[in-house]
Amino acid sequence: MTPWTFFVDHRAEILEATANHLTLVIIAMTFAIAIGVPLGMLIVHRPALRNLALGLASIFQTIPSLALFGFLIPIPFIGGIGRRTAIVALVLYALLPILRNTYVGLTGIDPAVLEAAEAMGMTQSQILWRVRLPLARAVILAGIRTATIITIGVATIAAAIGAGGLGTFIFRGVAMVSDAVILAGAIPAALLAIAADLLLGWLERRLKIA
Amino acid sequence: MNAKTAPENADPTIQFQSVTYGLNGSVPRTIVNDIRFSVAAGQTLVLLGRSGSGKTTLLKLINRLLVPTGGQVIVRGSPTIVWDPIRLRRGIGYVIQDAGLFPHFTVAQNIALVPSLEKWDAARTNSRVNELLTLVGLDPAEFASRRPHELSGGQRQRVGVARALAADPPILLMDEPFGALDPVTRAELQREFSALARRLGKTIVFVTHDLREALLLASRIILLQTGRIIADATPQEFPHIDHPEVRAFTASLTPLAGAQA
Repeated sequence: MTPWTFFVDHRAEILEATANHLTLVIIAMTFAIAIGVPLGMLIVHRPALRNLALGLASIFQTIPSLALFGFLIPIPFIGGIGRRTAIVALVLYALLPILRNTYVGLTGIDPAVLEAAEAMGMTQSQILWRVRLPLARAVILAGIRTATIITIGVATIAAAIGAGGLGTFIFRGVAMVSDAVILAGAIPAALLAIAADLLLGWLERRLKIA
Repeated sequence: MNAKTAPENADPTIQFQSVTYGLNGSVPRTIVNDIRFSVAAGQTLVLLGRSGSGKTTLLKLINRLLVPTGGQVIVRGSPTIVWDPIRLRRGIGYVIQDAGLFPHFTVAQNIALVPSLEKWDAARTNSRVNELLTLVGLDPAEFASRRPHELSGGQRQRVGVARALAADPPILLMDEPFGALDPVTRAELQREFSALARRLGKTIVFVTHDLREALLLASRIILLQTGRIIADATPQEFPHIDHPEVRAFTASLTPLAGAQA
């Protein structure tokens, strides 16, 4: 069995797994952005919360992904076998790049610009929404791009706890010692990552202010 | 032109009453100490001093970017700590060395910042932007829709001045606005601004370390050294004051004098 014939024979199944994989990534990224960006905005003026949030997010990132999936299984409500657990783990993984880039983007602004904004009589919330956020958006998007690529990769391991997706082929291929089956999962996952990288990279360049 | 010449003893619009400002770090440090002076309406007061003499600190105490740790700063009749900082600052123009223009705004949007915060209607804002661009010597048709990165240093400072004047504030604070420009552009902007300041009749507090600039623009010069006032004089009197720091500054005007002595 060559990889090609396996691809052709199982195209419907591969396509379905790709769709599942993509859904997993999109759901996880939606939560990670919904948590990471506002939290990044919140910690700009709160040093204590900043250390806690960035510290926790860094810790999650250091836990090997397979172990993180394992740790979550026994936890009530969010744990168990299946997609929900996988999404929680993916969100925790994606959080750090988004949180960190949001914070770095919002604080890495020319001090002269912020001083002028304050001296012109802008309130802190006007400075945040009209100055910091527009100037930080390319950096924030770079964080989202990094997180998306990490999530697409880590999501393959989510198959180990029954979340489906392209990892299913990879684990099955490893068990069967079949390159063709492994590639049926690995190639679409790689293509998804490349496509996401190109798309978000293009968006990032468009948002960049010269 | 209604050339407004301010009477010398008009009601002061800014008053420093025994103002001290310090940092309470592990090693407490006093930046400015027991500062007393007042600025009359329409006056151009130049705060002169070396780096670290406390002149920028005094400027920031006026628009409440800093709050005194002792004494009080009275602006337009009320102490700055009593003012709502937002209201206080909207009535005070502020120009800094790096201009601090918003890179994501066009020139017109930058100038219209305070009018937009004050919710002026579009027609009034537009005509004000055009008026100000003309005032600072930039053709509105050419410059209004440019972004700050498409401007030269001198043009950026012109826009910075226009932005500060947008809502016609009675007070203008300027922190070495021409300090980062090349000598030719600097001289050009100093001359133009000197004429503009006389025409506008605003109360101006101008920070610089350049005596030549101080003599050109000031109606009064205050010299600071390590957070204290050591001279307060008109530009005519200033060079004749007998103080080592004044001599150090006047010597800077003629760089070769020392070599000949």
